Amino acid sequence: MRHVIPICEVLCFLGVTAPQEIRAPQEVVAGEEASIPTTGSGKATLYLFGPGVSDKRDVSLGDDIRLPGADLQNAGQYFAVVCSSACRSASFFVSAAKPSSLTFMAHPSRVPVAEGDAISGVAIPFDKYRNLVLSPETVSFRLSAGKSSIFSRSVPAADGIAWFRAASGKSAGTLQVTASLNDLEMLRAVQQVASEPCNLRITGERNAKGILVRTEPVHDCAGNPVPDGTIVTFTATADGEKSTVDAPIKQDIARAQIAASGLAVISAASGVVMGNELRLGVR
Amino acid sequence: MKIILPIILVVGTGGLMVLALLSGGNARGTVGVAGGSAVFTPSATNPQLALHNLLIDVQRRHWDHAYDALSKTSKADKEDFIQDCTGSNGSLRSFSSLEGFDPRPLHITDDQADMRVALHWSTPVGPIEDVRDIHLVREGDVWRAVWPEYKVPMVPAEVIPVTYLRWDLVTGTADDQWGSKNVDAPRVRIISMNAVNTAEGTIVMGEVVNEDTIPAFVNVNATLVDGAGSIIDEETSFDKIDHILLPKQVSPYRIDFPNVDLNKVKNVRMDVKAALVPASADPVIGVMDQKIDTDAQGKSVLQGDLLNESGQTVNISHVIASFYDNSGKVVWVSDGYVDRALLPQSSEPFAVEIPKSVSQKVQNFHVVVNQFSLARS
Repeated sequence: MRHVIPICEVLCFLGVTAPQEIRAPQEVVAGEEASIPTTGSGKATLYLFGPGVSDKRDVSLGDDIRLPGADLQNAGQYFAVVCSSACRSASFFVSAAKPSSLTFMAHPSRVPVAEGDAISGVAIPFDKYRNLVLSPETVSFRLSAGKSSIFSRSVPAADGIAWFRAASGKSAGTLQVTASLNDLEMLRAVQQVASEPCNLRITGERNAKGILVRTEPVHDCAGNPVPDGTIVTFTATADGEKSTVDAPIKQDIARAQIAASGLAVISAASGVVMGNELRLGVR
Repeated sequence: MKIILPIILVVGTGGLMVLALLSGGNARGTVGVAGGSAVFTPSATNPQLALHNLLIDVQRRHWDHAYDALSKTSKADKEDFIQDCTGSNGSLRSFSSLEGFDPRPLHITDDQADMRVALHWSTPVGPIEDVRDIHLVREGDVWRAVWPEYKVPMVPAEVIPVTYLRWDLVTGTADDQWGSKNVDAPRVRIISMNAVNTAEGTIVMGEVVNEDTIPAFVNVNATLVDGAGSIIDEETSFDKIDHILLPKQVSPYRIDFPNVDLNKVKNVRMDVKAALVPASADPVIGVMDQKIDTDAQGKSVLQGDLLNESGQTVNISHVIASFYDNSGKVVWVSDGYVDRALLPQSSEPFAVEIPKSVSQKVQNFHVVVNQFSLARS
């Protein structure tokens, strides 16, 4: 906007004279043709400036100046300057066309079960020319696990952005997160994983190599199996010596062989969770 | 005149060769000597010279000569002796060379001697010192070392079932639209940090945990800031951390700032970086019979045995231990490499040093084992 008057002044200074009047188009949609009515007669020069666009061509005063859709694909403020005996200018706004794509980001990609406000999603509609659609379109968000729906909400976009926050579900597994707008639909997956282990319990028995110790199936407090690979640390204290094994859970159970001969006190921990204590006497 | 110059050159060269052969002394600085022949070895008329000659032969890998110099009462056969010195199964020792040695007598009589020797090995992970006590006997006019028995662990043939568990990374093939391919980095957290001042400089140490359900490649960085807000130095944990952390696994870390006085440090900025990596849950290595003891040199050490509970050979094991005081604060982190390979279902001893100033405070400890297997690299 600040450049329009100086541009006019420069053009007039160069001897280009002004037409009587031009009128800016009222509503222009990106990619659609528009026209600028003019008055007067004779030849003039049109200068068109907009986001990523600049154009100069000869026009006839008194006729409508036709602006092809190809010149108006980028949404934003445009300026038209028509110069004959004098220069006249007009500005108009090109708004985005109807949404043709939806950019959707769901976060995080993994989330523990039963956590409040743990899942968030942001959807941003764009038209086919990648202009941000600022009109208040309503985006529908839906969270579902398998065939059951967990969460559903319609959110009007504000300044081109629609978003939601939701709690994670109770069961581990893949959560489908969908954002839809008219016939557009974007799908993301959030992996719901078990929370911290709950009631970590171990059993043990002596064998030829020492003590074979194992956990009972490790679940979180909601009953979801803790993911395989989660480390359970077994600690055995016997005769003033300590033995430790970091064993991964495999098929819900972690097991370790500990070489301890005397009276052994064995405990287990996974992260910040402690299990029961086990005392095994001498064989 | 034409003859005098060549004669001077020949005599001079010969003199230098004789001088080089006679100059024994410190054996350091002979890294890379793997061939050649001992043109002249002084007779082992005393135990110091006998041990020196033996270790020079070991250094030069003159196995025939070295083994012939051993006492016949040695319990090691030739193959065991060579494997004891050169390592096997892709162990750290097999990538090492004897850079030097510092022998000192413990006890010497007319016929018997006990010597303690610090062997300085040059390895791919830095210098490693190995202290050994060697018994020597006089046989006639010559002193000979009695090499202790070294048994390469014999692994019985067996089938060990493995529930294979590993994580692979798949790069999404979706379009490049924003938000369509994101997989979050693993969630890791520094659970403790302690900065101490030592004679060598400032040391920042603590523990880090992988709170996520997937493996993480972890690196801890620390930045020291002075009172004016200027950065004094920044370093990473380098190899003093177990880089690949499985879910819920805890690793000690230690970051050294040589020649930096902690009193000049106003603030320590910690930064932990975690990346998603393919990983395997095997092999499982148990740390057995851990106890704090005093070694032959009077140093306080945490020692124990590493037990390979899997069915694959672990070529190089790296032990990292964190030590806690009675309030549970990490007061020291120490590490060390085991220079023998861990064969399936077999164990190897380890020891990591604890400084005297810290050993009195230590109430508890936690050991993790970082492992490298050539078959998987």
